[in-house]
Amino acid sequence: MNIEEFIKNIEAEFDDLKPGILKPESVFRESFEWNSINALILIAMVKTEYDVTLSADDLIKSKSVKDIYSLIENRVSI
Amino acid sequence: MATFFLGGIKITGISAAVPEKKEFTSDYQWISVKERESIIKNIGVESRRVAEKGVTTSDLCVIAAEKLLNDLNWNRNEVEVLIFVSQSRDYLVPTTACIVQDRLGLPHSCMALDIALGCSGYVYGLSVIASLMQSGAIKKGLLLVGDISTLTTNYRDKSTYPLFGDVGTATALEYNREATAMRFNLQTDGSGYKSLIIQDGGARNVMSRKSFNVKKISPGIYRSRLHLELDGIEVFNFTLREVAPNIKALLKETGKSLGEIDYVVFHQANRLINETLRKMLRLDPAKVPYSIKEFGNTSGASVPLTMVVSLNETLQNGNTRLLLSAFGVGLSWGSAILETNNLCMPALIEV
Repeated sequence: MNIEEFIKNIEAEFDDLKPGILKPESVFRESFEWNSINALILIAMVKTEYDVTLSADDLIKSKSVKDIYSLIENRVSI
Repeated sequence: MATFFLGGIKITGISAAVPEKKEFTSDYQWISVKERESIIKNIGVESRRVAEKGVTTSDLCVIAAEKLLNDLNWNRNEVEVLIFVSQSRDYLVPTTACIVQDRLGLPHSCMALDIALGCSGYVYGLSVIASLMQSGAIKKGLLLVGDISTLTTNYRDKSTYPLFGDVGTATALEYNREATAMRFNLQTDGSGYKSLIIQDGGARNVMSRKSFNVKKISPGIYRSRLHLELDGIEVFNFTLREVAPNIKALLKETGKSLGEIDYVVFHQANRLINETLRKMLRLDPAKVPYSIKEFGNTSGASVPLTMVVSLNETLQNGNTRLLLSAFGVGLSWGSAILETNNLCMPALIEV
């Protein structure tokens, strides 16, 4: 897994997100409308693609795309 | 592990009654048009049925049961167990099932009880009624499952209001020694009881004047302590963590594979949850019926409602192997594998 692939997976889930806009350092809340439904979409994608669970706390503590990616990387079972 | 088999009981028929009044997500003025579109697309709810004030869950269940009893041409004196599964009872006291026994003209020899479960209620209710009937002493039983959830959601709470719909269902069961065993796997994790909760009005937090105060929780979410509170992310993660292993354990225990199941009927929580579960279990979309689009999340009755509206003809004709899976408030969840044969399935009743 790598962060480029993670960003592609996010882009695939969110129609509003034009490809290429989201960068590792992008702040989630600023990059696209952040609401509870979008949080669920992200959680569902991460569970399906990486079999990793993100909690509400994880999402509150993570600011950037890279923060969330690091969480996944640490938890993913190889 | 609460995994067990119950032989000698078969489902004879299922019916459902919904209020005629529809509310459309596209008309939900409290949120932006974009948010409404997001609910329709991701949560999957286009419209819901909403009961008028004063209509209770038992009213809908009685209408569904009357139709079913008449279509089956059952002698009501033979119905000796009645179970009402709901979180929206008629009164705090007495038990709603007692009132319904009388309204349906069932005999005094009928045992009647309530089960206060929500989302997981149909699978739990089936296991309890089948257990009670298993000895063969009781030949016929009625399982009523329903909820009027719209009574306890606040219009100004976007996390609950556009999600829930109302319905009452009735399932008829018969003792039959030849019937294929029903298999169950039932589970509980009460540590998550706050994920779906109405804070006040029970014995823990007695209703007071403060209970009615509506407070802002976050943007778009206002409620009082008498309204339903839903922690979407907690419930979502619970479902993704527990439901697939629960189903796999039941399949393993029974030596069956998903390939031997004709349909998997999930509790209609929301489209995103259900689709994620479907993908996790690698199920073909054609095997997974839905009712959430037109009826919303209908609590414990979502499984029988989905059977009535999406599998009606199939269940009326021949044998069908079903896996039912329901999960939510409690936290409580469970699955069942059962086989149906030429069920009596009246068309959906609109009241």
